[in-house]
Amino acid sequence: MSHFLQLLFTGIGIGAVYALVALGFVLIFRATNVVNFAQGEFSMVAAFLMVVCAVDLELPYWLSFLIALGGMALVGAIFNLGVYYPLRHRTFLPVIISTIGASIFLANTTLAIYGPQPQVLPGWFETPGFQVGPVYLDSQYLLIIAVTVVLVAFQYWFFEHTLLGKKLQATSQDKEMASLLGIPVARMIMITFIYSALIGGIAGILVAPILFVSIQMGSSIALKAFAATIIGGFGDVAGAIIGGVALGIIETFGAAYISVPYKDGFAFFVLILFLIFRPQGIFGERVAEKA
Amino acid sequence: MSVEAPIRAARRSPLRFALAPAHIGYFVLSALAVLLVSRATLDGYVLNILMQAATYSVAVFGLSVVLGLCGQINLAQAAFFGIGAYAVGLGTVDYGLSYWICLVIGTIAALLAGAFLGMTTLRLGGHYLAMVTISFQQIVTLVMINAVGFTHGPDGVPRIGRPALFQTSQSYLAFAVAALAIIGYCVWHLQDTRLGRAMRAVRDNELAASVAGINVYRTKVAAFAISALLGGLGGGLFAGGFTYVSPDQFSFAESIVFLTMALLGGVASPIGSVIGTGLLILIPEWLRFLKSIPGLYLAIYGVAVILIILFMPDGIWGFIANFMRRFIRPVPVATVPPLVLSPDRTGSDMVLDVKGLSKHFGGLKAVDKIDFAVRRGGIHALIGPNGSGKTTTLNVISGLYRATFGSVVLGESDITNLSPHRRTGAGLGRTFQNIRLFRSMTALENVVIGAERRGNSLIPATGGYAALEERALAALEFVGLGPRANEPITRFSYGHQRLIEIARALAANPTLLLLDEPAAGLNSSEKRALHDLLERIAAQGLTILLIDHDMTLVSGAAQHITVLNFGKRIADGESLGVLRHPDVIAAYLGTET
Repeated sequence: MSHFLQLLFTGIGIGAVYALVALGFVLIFRATNVVNFAQGEFSMVAAFLMVVCAVDLELPYWLSFLIALGGMALVGAIFNLGVYYPLRHRTFLPVIISTIGASIFLANTTLAIYGPQPQVLPGWFETPGFQVGPVYLDSQYLLIIAVTVVLVAFQYWFFEHTLLGKKLQATSQDKEMASLLGIPVARMIMITFIYSALIGGIAGILVAPILFVSIQMGSSIALKAFAATIIGGFGDVAGAIIGGVALGIIETFGAAYISVPYKDGFAFFVLILFLIFRPQGIFGERVAEKA
Repeated sequence: MSVEAPIRAARRSPLRFALAPAHIGYFVLSALAVLLVSRATLDGYVLNILMQAATYSVAVFGLSVVLGLCGQINLAQAAFFGIGAYAVGLGTVDYGLSYWICLVIGTIAALLAGAFLGMTTLRLGGHYLAMVTISFQQIVTLVMINAVGFTHGPDGVPRIGRPALFQTSQSYLAFAVAALAIIGYCVWHLQDTRLGRAMRAVRDNELAASVAGINVYRTKVAAFAISALLGGLGGGLFAGGFTYVSPDQFSFAESIVFLTMALLGGVASPIGSVIGTGLLILIPEWLRFLKSIPGLYLAIYGVAVILIILFMPDGIWGFIANFMRRFIRPVPVATVPPLVLSPDRTGSDMVLDVKGLSKHFGGLKAVDKIDFAVRRGGIHALIGPNGSGKTTTLNVISGLYRATFGSVVLGESDITNLSPHRRTGAGLGRTFQNIRLFRSMTALENVVIGAERRGNSLIPATGGYAALEERALAALEFVGLGPRANEPITRFSYGHQRLIEIARALAANPTLLLLDEPAAGLNSSEKRALHDLLERIAAQGLTILLIDHDMTLVSGAAQHITVLNFGKRIADGESLGVLRHPDVIAAYLGTET
């Protein structure tokens, strides 16, 4: 039983990271109808920025965190200007290919600069964790879960209760109408990309102390996050979160009880099952392409 | 050419060009190439580069089919390539099978894997396919590395067998080049087959393709499966060529390399595939120093992908082909006998019978229990103010929306639950309010897609492409655009594009023609010409169900009118009577209170 609870805790923690990255996917998808295949690289780049600041330059952790976030805002802005914006009037296929190109570029530029050795980033807290009854609560996992809850709550408040949030929603639903109403659509899309780069970055920084910081971490996280959005129901915020957590739990239990080398395969397996039996996902939204 | 909407010059009929000099020239050149590589003295380095280029090109052909012809993405080509390669490797080394049997097994395995992925994913949007193919790629790599007992793990498979006939590297290379030439010919020819035309139609406009009678889902699955098959075949050839395979040769990075090769050369043509593959094998060889820093060389690939998409969406060959096209005049149009319409006449006097039809979107009843019947022959109009449910009704009849309740009977067959392409097969033809044409094609090619409808009794089974083309030309002649048949769609005015859409529907020889606001956006002389066209269609006995706001057209052309308002039928009957009906006047002009 204690083993079970321990795995559950770990699964929820990992799942929270998938949920955060999935949230970034969903935001960009809703704003631009494009799936950003470089979303995972945002997490990877942010984790490397943390390694540079906190480990190599030995800056304080909080300062490194702020610098990394500043860097991610810049990455998001450049990404929008270089990868999405020039292609905004083309069909989705060129845009997808362009984001894939960007993902290859980000991962391999990092590789060229930093080399192939995985890096280690220490956790945020000195205390590694607490024993609560039968379960050992790792402090980094607790932090991940807490930050995810806070970010989701913030995002809900931001989109539903602020004017900027409503403008972003209007842009995502109908760009033409939004621009006729005087909403600066180009700026709204820019904000969306920066915001997604930031939450992708936060997810990467949070998960970095648990995994090694490596070039592959981006694509591996992005794959799971994408599977999470399909499982939850494409384009649905609640779906992305529940899908992410569910996937984290499935993967952790799969690794513990079935096979460790094929850990990364479970996400794909669950994805295929969903595509066959329930392609609209748990929350069942927006599957059919518009007529 | 581009992954979006390339423009192509007119193609001639395959019957005529089977003997055309271009094709004979192709085989002569291929034979010369085979002879050259088998006789020339090649050092090992050049031989390896040629071997890689020849085998990779086959896999890149696959991308030109799925991405170029059909507009679907495949980010797992290296995985399919690997399946073919490992089948030859493991089969000849561990199981002692003959090379040929292994090649067939590997190709079929890749085909089946591709068909399975396509069938599970292709009903959904394109980004699902992108992600699922990436996932599949990762799984295949995981299995290659971890299933050591089966795949030899990270060490790979050495000493792979070759066919007895091609034991030396040079003779095997000659075999690979010959295989490349034959496969390239088949891929080149694919776009002149029914399936190839369907793929292009699906790429250009899925909705229009389905309404033209094409099974969109099956066409996409076929394109994806063919792409996987070519990946597997290329991989099998590759394994024999290098006699050693290992997991890192088939990683996701290699899938991206394949994609870049296809995009750089141009995805629309196998020539582009060969150019792209050749360049991307040679350039890194010239820039070997880049490989000293890990990552740098793939980083440059990443930027190259973005730059190609931004600045050269048609690729190198597309760019050259577009340039040369300026010097090619459109092929002059042959004269054909006038268009014959012979709509199917089985069933009662009523060609279309709509009963209790409803379409609800959540709580909104866009169409609410309407009944009407369309009498065979003549023009029936469906009118109503904006938002009254006319287009929704048309979409439910043609199958783009599924009816919430009610039934639709065409002739003798109940079509309520058929998919759009099956309804077209049953005899329905339609046009769209916002024109939907295949924008990379010529007017003639658009109409050929219509003529190709399954169940078109006017196309003899043995007629081949020539019969389709003749029918399509006659339809274009009928709407007055015959002489311009070989011009690309983009050169036609808005009004003419409407006429081409009508010609596409007419070429299919439908039982009932649905026209969704054909007069919208036309000027007054175009409207008179349209009125005249409708009369000529009706004179041949084809029934028309017309939606329009233009009362002059509706009252002048239609014998029978059904009026909708707020999703309900408010009047139905002979034209003049209906237009004088007080409820109709109230719906259009409001009531005095």
